Amino acid sequence: MRSPRSLVGGTPAATYPVTFDGRELTAQEGQSIAAVLWNAGILAWRTTREGGSPRGAFCGIGACYDCLVTVNGRPNQRACLVPARPGDSVTTQEGTGHADLAV
Amino acid sequence: MPTSPSDRAAHAAVPAPPADLAVVGAGPAGLAAAVTAARLGLRVTLLDAGERPGGQFYRHPAPGLGALRPQALHHDWRAFTAREAALRAHVAAGRIAHHPFHHVWTVVPDGADGWTLHAVAGPEERPAAFGARAVLLATGAYERQLPFPGWTLPGVVGAGGAQAMLKGGLVLPGSRVVVAGSGPLLLAVAGSLAAAGAAVPAVVEAASYTAYAPQARALLRNPAKLAEGAVYGGALARHGIRLLTRHAVTEAHGRGRVEAVTVARLDRDWRPLPGTARRIPCDALAVGHGLVPQLELATALGCDTLLAPDGTVALDLDAAQRTSVPGIWSAGETGGIGGAQLALTEGEIAAHAIAGAPVAPSLTRTRARLRAFAGAMAAAHRPGAGWTDWLPDAATVCRCEEVPAGGIREAVAELGARDARTVKLLTRAGMGWCQGRMCGPAVAALAGEDPAPDRRPLSCPVPLRHLAALPAPPDTELPPSAR
Repeated sequence: MRSPRSLVGGTPAATYPVTFDGRELTAQEGQSIAAVLWNAGILAWRTTREGGSPRGAFCGIGACYDCLVTVNGRPNQRACLVPARPGDSVTTQEGTGHADLAV
Repeated sequence: MPTSPSDRAAHAAVPAPPADLAVVGAGPAGLAAAVTAARLGLRVTLLDAGERPGGQFYRHPAPGLGALRPQALHHDWRAFTAREAALRAHVAAGRIAHHPFHHVWTVVPDGADGWTLHAVAGPEERPAAFGARAVLLATGAYERQLPFPGWTLPGVVGAGGAQAMLKGGLVLPGSRVVVAGSGPLLLAVAGSLAAAGAAVPAVVEAASYTAYAPQARALLRNPAKLAEGAVYGGALARHGIRLLTRHAVTEAHGRGRVEAVTVARLDRDWRPLPGTARRIPCDALAVGHGLVPQLELATALGCDTLLAPDGTVALDLDAAQRTSVPGIWSAGETGGIGGAQLALTEGEIAAHAIAGAPVAPSLTRTRARLRAFAGAMAAAHRPGAGWTDWLPDAATVCRCEEVPAGGIREAVAELGARDARTVKLLTRAGMGWCQGRMCGPAVAALAGEDPAPDRRPLSCPVPLRHLAALPAPPDTELPPSAR
């Protein structure tokens, strides 16, 4: 069966676990966090500030800010730009990502 | 202004003496310009937001992904690898300082006869500054989006976005992907997605290829481009992909993610024709209507712009790739969308001009030929005025601020807004995270105007501590008595 990997051949230099909302996913060395999530079939990882609607990667190049996500507790990271690192804890971002600051 | 010692040190880290040339962007234009300028004897600083050179066109898997045949995802890969090898040699020889992961957010006069470029560096968002006597802006473009109901559903992605994620991360948004919008990029995207294993039920192109007919002369001067088109056409045929011209996706359906799209036939002005709608099941939609030049740095400097044949705003450049601001040059998509080969050519022309070397007539001829082709293509795919007919009031236009079309129409029809800026002030459309990059063309169309030049004082988010730590510009420093 054709796949992106069969198209370009080879194997990743390393794979390592990252978690998304506690679920373990496998990252290939060099993939962005958005790529790791897409690879696992996950297309949405944040909800909007007003409507609470699900969003994920849209422009894929860091221009649209739709793919914002919380990485290791740090909110508002562009998942399409941030490389996945071994052991990263990725969590769904709700709204502004600063709900903990609410009074 | 109080600053921490570390911040002050960071901003003081301007290389001395400044480089002869700072190039912003390591895509085809910037990369070609940097290696050509270095070959001609200039000392070059190359700043790029990306991790590896190549920009969006030559985006490729990180070395760790271990791809043996990255060229399978690319057209004209050798044009890139030759220049990348030259870049490595110039870096090793100390002629080019290459700074990846550096997002330049402003360019300002340095008070003498050169420029200071401020950047946000790396995932830690460190401040960085560079000095240069001349600046070449090769900042490229991002995708133009025209909204429709359901375009915020997960699984709806940019056509260029899908391509970028595939080239960079070897991933697909789904297994059955409709490709839609307008422009030649769609054919390349559909071919790549299919080669990588996705089923592509259809490519939905809003323009009609008969629109190319009046441009026959520009087409015939570019046999290589026609051959490239034939390659894409062959790929479509080989993968059994239908090409529907003069059609558009007018709605994406799904709960939680896209499950199907509605496709309708368009009239000459891109108005959906009643009774022609039908559903195509899919689990992803890759959509885009061409590209928009990325001009923040140039417009902040006051560079003149013009309206390109595709309806986007581009820089007004002279035969040597000079902007209207002395010392600031530009090449590639910033001067109007024209593709990688044109960007490579313009980068080389700019480098010669900046180095004071004669520009080879063959470069000038190549540019003229490719620009003519780009103009013909841009005119053929320019959005028709009737596209807003597929946009009901309830559909979201501004993705960041979640502003519906009805809110924008109300601002125009009842509150007197006549331009995108007034619409923004009344509705918040374009005021969110992306600063109108996604909704700008749509808001302008709904306001009844052509898009205005980008006015974004910062080209990317900048930590406030970096702004606070900036030294005061020399010409605005107050005398001690006035403090």
